[in-house]
Amino acid sequence: MLHRWLFVLPVALFALLIVGFYVGLEVHSDVLPSALIDKPAPEFSLPPLIKGQPGFSTGDLKGHVSLVNSFASWCAPCRDEVPALVALARSGVPIYGIDYKDTPDAARAWITALGDPYTRIGADSGGVAIDWGMYGVPETFLVDRTGRIRYKHVGPLSEADVARTILPLVARLEQ
Amino acid sequence: MITRRNDRHCEAPQRRRSNPDPVKHSHTGLLRYARNDLWTVLLVACTWFFASPPAFAVLPSEMLANPALEARAEHIGFELRCLVCRDQSIEESQADLAHDLRMLVRRRLLAGDTDAQVIAYIRSRYGDYVLLKPPFEVSTWLLWGGPGLVLAFGALGIARFLYRRRSNAEPPPLNADEQQRLAAALGKAGDA
Repeated sequence: MLHRWLFVLPVALFALLIVGFYVGLEVHSDVLPSALIDKPAPEFSLPPLIKGQPGFSTGDLKGHVSLVNSFASWCAPCRDEVPALVALARSGVPIYGIDYKDTPDAARAWITALGDPYTRIGADSGGVAIDWGMYGVPETFLVDRTGRIRYKHVGPLSEADVARTILPLVARLEQ
Repeated sequence: MITRRNDRHCEAPQRRRSNPDPVKHSHTGLLRYARNDLWTVLLVACTWFFASPPAFAVLPSEMLANPALEARAEHIGFELRCLVCRDQSIEESQADLAHDLRMLVRRRLLAGDTDAQVIAYIRSRYGDYVLLKPPFEVSTWLLWGGPGLVLAFGALGIARFLYRRRSNAEPPPLNADEQQRLAAALGKAGDA
């Protein structure tokens, strides 16, 4: 009896492994989890994208629930999420922008053409993005009243993402 | 079927690289050997083939002037994953983020950080995934212990097999009746 099990067990283990790999291929998404969830937002200070306007720094995030969104004019998917961001801003959620490795003129033209959902926009040459644990654009963080990061979305936000995830989270954090 | 890298998430456009691959320079060196000794060439070629050197993506302009610090920076860089390419270290990757992380490592070292502090600094921002060698933790014991477990299982199986074979190796001696039958059979064979 034991003898037979010795034959069955490796085959069963192998089959399990195959199933595991297959499921891993199908299900596992490419999105990396953030190490900063439930941690305070990093200390940073960015110069403004548009001269004469205020820059963007850690202190701005305290006192209200807000979104921090990284974007760049050279990033095509960033273009897709602008309508969702504009609608979100109109509903009263402040959105702070981190313009990542961009040329200021191109970024300003982009905002003028597509719409400006941002309360403040800081221009980053790459250092602050690392502090936020970003590995591309667009990425969006939800920051609570105390300045803690509570949620991260990688890739463009769709209207569905906003309705299903962002707005309920904002409502819960504002309570 | 297979999930592709998230094409809805951009990495910064790659910077232009002016320096050729540093490994290529040594090809001319090999040709010089060819005139002297074929065996040396073969030996070098084999060594080269089997021990492919780490590919550096570091630009000369990125390197620190202090060779000891630069060596530490490279050592750290090979431990850290490039989050864009995933299967390369930041020292090997030409991605823009890898470049930024290499520079960050070097800045931290210049500021006087220890190797562990530099790694902790980057790990606090990108999580365990940034470490190419995952830490030994409760959640990773199977990853680290798995091969040992399989080895132990296999060794047990082989030991069992060998033990059985040895105990089967020498059958009990023939009794008188069996010996008689054997002699009879052999005798018959001899007659034929």
